[in-house]
Amino acid sequence: MSTASAAMPTAMTAQMEPLTQREPTPPAVHRGAPPWQDWLFERATMCFALFVLFTLVGIIGALAWAAVPAFEKFGLGFFFTNVWDPVKMNFGALAPIYGTLATSAIALLIGVPVSFGIAIFLTEMCPVFLKRPLGTAVELLAAVPSIIYGMWGLFVFAPVFGDYVQPALTKIFGNLWILGPLFQGAPNGIGVLSAGIILSIMVIPFIASVMRDVFETVPPVLKESAYGIGATTWEVVWNVVLPYTRVGVIGGIMLGLGRALGETMAVTFVIGNAYRISASLFEPGNSIASALANEFNEAAEPVHRASLIALGLVLFLLTFIVLACSRMLLAQLAKGEGKKT
Amino acid sequence: MTSIYRKRLFVNRMNLVMSLGTMVFGMVFLLWILWILFAKGFAALSPTLFTQMTPPPGSAGGLANAIYGSVMIVFVATFVSTPIGILAGIHLAEYGKDGWIARLTRFINDILLSAPSIVIGLFVYTVYVMQVGHFSGWAGSFALALIAIPVVVRTTENMLHLVPASLREAAVALGAPMWKVILKVTLKAVRGGVITGILLAVARMSGETAPLLFTALNNQFWSADMNAPMANLPVVIFQFALSPFDDWRSLAWGAALLITLTVLVINILARTAFRQSAVR
Repeated sequence: MSTASAAMPTAMTAQMEPLTQREPTPPAVHRGAPPWQDWLFERATMCFALFVLFTLVGIIGALAWAAVPAFEKFGLGFFFTNVWDPVKMNFGALAPIYGTLATSAIALLIGVPVSFGIAIFLTEMCPVFLKRPLGTAVELLAAVPSIIYGMWGLFVFAPVFGDYVQPALTKIFGNLWILGPLFQGAPNGIGVLSAGIILSIMVIPFIASVMRDVFETVPPVLKESAYGIGATTWEVVWNVVLPYTRVGVIGGIMLGLGRALGETMAVTFVIGNAYRISASLFEPGNSIASALANEFNEAAEPVHRASLIALGLVLFLLTFIVLACSRMLLAQLAKGEGKKT
Repeated sequence: MTSIYRKRLFVNRMNLVMSLGTMVFGMVFLLWILWILFAKGFAALSPTLFTQMTPPPGSAGGLANAIYGSVMIVFVATFVSTPIGILAGIHLAEYGKDGWIARLTRFINDILLSAPSIVIGLFVYTVYVMQVGHFSGWAGSFALALIAIPVVVRTTENMLHLVPASLREAAVALGAPMWKVILKVTLKAVRGGVITGILLAVARMSGETAPLLFTALNNQFWSADMNAPMANLPVVIFQFALSPFDDWRSLAWGAALLITLTVLVINILARTAFRQSAVR
């Protein structure tokens, strides 16, 4: 032991000596690319990232600027008047805003429970060999262009809906105290309710796939312990999975709402294009997006055009708020994930 | 005791049956829509669809100009949006990381990802069409590019996060500058995933109608001029489907089938051929 420790330092110093005495090696001549290249590349990528940022600012700015004539003429009343008269050049946004909110509300009312069911089926009940094909099918449903939903809605769904479903709805709900008026009127298959239903079919895949993804973040241990004390599948879903993923589920619903608010083609075909706020859901109406799609290219007068752009601005701000909330909720879930597991 | 037990089992079974029901409900609509689309679309499919121009009201014709226009508009939009999206994605993943610019950009990008496409069209109308004074294929490409960029940014960033740090460190240790490391090592490692993102963006663009209404508009005749109003499939569908003429409606179904097949094929291709997953 002692001999070894005594021998070590001498051996080391013997090795070190030539090193210290040698001339310091000159810095490597070939240092690769000059530093400005890296600097340039980083700045370039940053410019493009900023481009994305400024797109948003640009959209709000450009629309607000182009909508000025409408706000100048109608003031704040623009948002609260229910009139749309291209002949007298008198415009108010209330009817399209109502249409947008009503169709989206119907879409969520139907879409959320159905998406919840699909997500539960895909995560808890589905046999393994069906999981991937069915999951893909749901995602493909989301990929089908919205104009296809519109055409299908107009030519196939609306006639069936008007002939069979609407009369049945009137019969069942038509005489109820508050709900009654909602389901009265001519059953012609086209109107706010049809648009809402088509919209719900469109947003189901979006909401369902987000829900499925957040359900899959639940640690298996949690579910297993619930099953271990004898909980049924439903009790596990309702008392373990749902509380754990609540924030994410709400985020997914908001994401679907964001889609529903801005959806154009599926709604335009079946909503009926009438600036009206009627008690009945069977009556035709108009959403902001469908008003734009139907009228914008025919609007020749600057005020008319500016009013439509103002509608677009309202729609954008509305979806912006909804989507921002959705993203913040989903991000919150992602943050909590690391801590809890 | 047994009654509680039975009640719980009953509730469980009922809810699971309802869950199964919702799945069936969703699939029924998917199949119903696809069935109608295929039945009416294939009936309208014929060789003249690809050789003749869109007809005037009430006569037969094809979709040649619209197919060409759609392909051109989407091609240009892809060409523009891909580099922008990839570079912005690189910034978020490699340079920006948790800085406030990157965090804000990420947030805004996610919002633009599902922003209403008709508003994007309106935006391009105000900043381009209104200033130039006429509708054009370029404007259509511009609008579609704005829709595609967020998709590409998101996938590129997600993919780059999958690259292990050791790969970067190895390249840096060999003396490569950062830009070379990123372009030639990390980006190359996730090429498949990035291509998937681009394909999904192309699929999304091919089906978009709303942004083209106010930008590319439509053109009844053959036009290869990107600086003039240009025919494209989605707007043709929109106009023809809402018309009272049977010929036009039949053409609309044909066009709808073409678009849906394109979108579905690209989607399936992206999911199977370049599967690196984590695309959202």
